[in-house]
Amino acid sequence: MSTQPIKFYQTDTFTVGNRLLAPHERSVQADPRRANALNCGHRACQGCGEALGARYAIDAAMRASGGRLIAANATGCLEVFSTPYPETSWQIPWIHSLFGNVAAVATGIAAALKVKGQGDVRVVAQGGDGGTTDIGFGCLSGMFERNDDVLYICYDNEAYMNTGVQRSSATPPAARTATTAVHGPEPGNVFGQGKNLPWIAMAHGIPYVATATVADLRDLEAKVQRAMAFRGARYVHILVPCPLGWGTAPDETIRIARLAKETGLFPVYEAEYGEITRTLKLRKPLPVEDYLRPQKRFAHLFMPEPRREVITRIQRLANRNIRRFGLYEERPWDAGALDALRSGSDA
Amino acid sequence: MSMHKPFAITLDVGSSLANHTGSWRTSRPVYVDRLPPCNAACPAGEDIQGWLYHAESGDYEAAWRVLVRDNPMPAVMGRVCYHSCEPACNRGQLDQAVSIHAVERFLGDEARSHGWRFRRDAPRSGKRVLVVGAGPSGLAAAYHLALFGHEVEIHEAGPMAGGMLRFGIPKYRLPRDVLDAEIARILDLGIALRLDTKVHRILDSMRAGRFDAAFLAVGAHLAKRTYIPAGTAAKVLDAVSVLRSMEGAEPPLLGRRVVVYGGGNTALDVARTAKRLGAEEAIIVYRRTRARMPAHEFEVEEALQEGILIKWLATIREAGDGAITVERMVLDQHGFPQPTGELDTIAADSLVLALGQEVDLSLLEAVPGLAVEDGVVRVDTGMMTGHAGIFAGGDMVPAERNVTVAIGHGKKAARHIDAWLRGTTYQPREKHQRADFARLNPWYYADAPQTVQPALDILRRQSTFDEVQGGLDESNAMFEARRCLSCGNCFECDNCYGVCPDNAVVKLGPGLRFRFDYDYCKGCGLCAAECPCGAIEMVPEAI
Ligand SMILES: Cc1cc2nc3c(=O)[nH]c(=O)nc-3n(C[C@H](O)[C@H](O)[C@H](O)COP(=O)(O)OP(=O)(O)OC[C@H]3O[C@@H](n4cnc5c(N)ncnc54)[C@H](O)[C@@H]3O)c2cc1C
Ligand SMILES: Cc1ncc(C[n+]2csc(CCOP(=O)(O)OP(=O)(O)O)c2C)c(N)n1
Ligand code: SF4
Ligand SMILES: [Mg+2]
Repeated sequence: MSTQPIKFYQTDTFTVGNRLLAPHERSVQADPRRANALNCGHRACQGCGEALGARYAIDAAMRASGGRLIAANATGCLEVFSTPYPETSWQIPWIHSLFGNVAAVATGIAAALKVKGQGDVRVVAQGGDGGTTDIGFGCLSGMFERNDDVLYICYDNEAYMNTGVQRSSATPPAARTATTAVHGPEPGNVFGQGKNLPWIAMAHGIPYVATATVADLRDLEAKVQRAMAFRGARYVHILVPCPLGWGTAPDETIRIARLAKETGLFPVYEAEYGEITRTLKLRKPLPVEDYLRPQKRFAHLFMPEPRREVITRIQRLANRNIRRFGLYEERPWDAGALDALRSGSDA
Repeated sequence: MSMHKPFAITLDVGSSLANHTGSWRTSRPVYVDRLPPCNAACPAGEDIQGWLYHAESGDYEAAWRVLVRDNPMPAVMGRVCYHSCEPACNRGQLDQAVSIHAVERFLGDEARSHGWRFRRDAPRSGKRVLVVGAGPSGLAAAYHLALFGHEVEIHEAGPMAGGMLRFGIPKYRLPRDVLDAEIARILDLGIALRLDTKVHRILDSMRAGRFDAAFLAVGAHLAKRTYIPAGTAAKVLDAVSVLRSMEGAEPPLLGRRVVVYGGGNTALDVARTAKRLGAEEAIIVYRRTRARMPAHEFEVEEALQEGILIKWLATIREAGDGAITVERMVLDQHGFPQPTGELDTIAADSLVLALGQEVDLSLLEAVPGLAVEDGVVRVDTGMMTGHAGIFAGGDMVPAERNVTVAIGHGKKAARHIDAWLRGTTYQPREKHQRADFARLNPWYYADAPQTVQPALDILRRQSTFDEVQGGLDESNAMFEARRCLSCGNCFECDNCYGVCPDNAVVKLGPGLRFRFDYDYCKGCGLCAAECPCGAIEMVPEAI
């Protein structure tokens, strides 16, 4: 009589843990023995997405490497809030590079380990979007090109947060930062500039590239684990909302990341050797307005009046992602949801 | 010692644990328990969420044991309860309510097939309680009283236990083997049942049996009548007698065309019974419209499927030989039916009146202190009548008349009787705040529409008394249980433990939930925002 799938776990794998799953199916973060690589007492703001993303990613890498892991860290919030001398929050071997050379430092560590015959120790490089897409880009591209055995993780909070929210080449169009003021005909950051780093990484043909957000832990962990299965250069780009820089409440960090994904503005996918192998589908496509409205960096799009033409331009970017990455498969219970987004945005 | 270290690592590194970031906090998360809307809506006070929790992991016996803490008849209730829990279920705002009654029925049937029994551990109190009436209310009271350690004797006027469960509700909705098994399990607690023992004077019976207290649950069995001029050959019966005679050796003789007068569930039960007895036509005549019918919509739907005809907006003027005369009505602006003077004739071999029942209160005559109002006995919040030591519940007290209310009264009365016998008063636990849908974060629940219970095919429904509604099988029941959102109470999904950017949540292990480490919690509120079931509250710090 029934047509229901029998294997159903109440929350599926949306929650961090699930008592109904077999232990080996559970997440790293659900494990009371997780590494807690980034421990308590760090000085990140309340609700910091970067602090969360870093623990998610490094704990997963720790599990994948059997605890044999060294991390190099570019200058930026993550480095500053975790290591005010003499305190450190890191419970793994960790080194601070310069702002722009973390890929090179990590490459050097990997080379030294190889020389010493310690190839079982794995190396992670991590940095913010500024350190990655701007000042560190040359070193990173070199690391990709040489296929050095490093997993590079970019924590993308879409600006230079540590120095007071300046624009980076990962800052989205129309966003207000300290250096993209809200005045003139096109207030906030310009359209049509910036870098799509995961895409650029794929163009290098490296073994593995993935994007993820702090809103989907299971997906993020699976990607780090997959990345660790390869040798050579790997790149994981994680969207980490910043309450301070984005102007959101500290308890909204995960919701905002989820909206970035569910609107299609931040496509979540993975690629091997330059080919996309999997995209995370939208569960229910939502208008970009749902994502923009709660963030003060986009407040000028809604005040004093909504700037429909700008919002529509952003919706078109989302629609393009949905089309380009095949982000949505319509299901019976939300038929027509996508058409609703397309209408009014002529894309 | 640092002098012996090579350059650049001459200084010892400290841990950030020295930095108590908890001092930044302006509000703190606290774990709370809230009252799920299903539990709040259950007249028997079942901990529905509590037993679904065990069913989710497939531990059906644990689920059943939690269930029977409040209600000793799950297999019966899963079938006949009108489940006011389901319209209240928060999942209804997501896709469809959890089919609570279907899982309850499954657990009841599991208990039957596995032979699970009740455990009686309380020491004997030495007190004797008389229960009058072996309907659902009396049985529930007897069960709880026995578990409290009291000696219980039930006096039942009829030849079998069950009350309206047996002599009202037809078999196609409640198979009798199901009822018998659940009654037997209750009596197994050592409860004495005296059948064919009508109580005529309650005080006499109490004195004769040296009872310390009594619980009355005699139901409402006297059929209400209305004056209808009838010819000498006209066959006019009442619904309760017809349904009661279904339990006897001789089925009632109703003829080929049966007209039933009334708009409640009883009218539907009689009409559907008549159809199964072979009536070619079973017609219900009701004064008002379908929207105003007191019967439940699903029962009307099932009846129509089985070919029952319903004549709305009509009253019966006269019952003649082989035909009845009805008058068409219209609703006035207040929704009251008004006569039009237009008459119709319907061929009918019999007319069954289903106009409701009244309580036979004769056993209470000459009891001092009692208050009777609108034909029912007044009780206080502890179910005690105006006469100390005599309690009452079910259909004979002012309340909605259904099995679940009756069972709830039995439980509540038992608690108060127990306290009364021990010279104390029963203090109900303070209720938690409601777990409203707005408090949940429904993103986390997987999409899962309700499981449909199988239904008997229509031909067998028209000709046999086989059960109409089927049950769920094991995998379906587990699926359905897992649709529960656990509104307002932690189900250990680990979300708080995962989403804290400051590692300030301590996981205490299975069944033990979590604890906040306020030395490091900065009060960002992510745990509360991302808790699927709304079991974390942010409370402002006194600064
Ligand atoms: C046809 C019909 C269908 C119904 N269907 C449903 C349904 O699907 N779901 C639902 O929730 N409710 C239903 N109800 C209502 C439900 O049956 C009653 O509300 C419920 O049974 C009341 O329980 P009770 O214990 O108070 O009384 P009863 O069930 O009426 O039991 C009272 C018992 O007391 C005995 N008794 C009476 N007087 C004496 C005396 N002086 N001495 C000793 N014993 C005595 C009677 O013989 C009887 O066994 C239905 C009612 C009817 C009539
Ligand atoms: C060569 C150099 N230029 C500038 C700085 C100052 N600086 C430190 S962190 C930072 C911005 C970091 O931004 P991002 O990489 O995006 O990391 P976030 O703080 O946003 O996590 C800057 C400009 C520096 N440390 N070194
Ligand atoms: S400024 Fe942003 S990225 Fe930096 S610590 Fe605060 S929330 Fe985190
Ligand atoms: Mg940044």
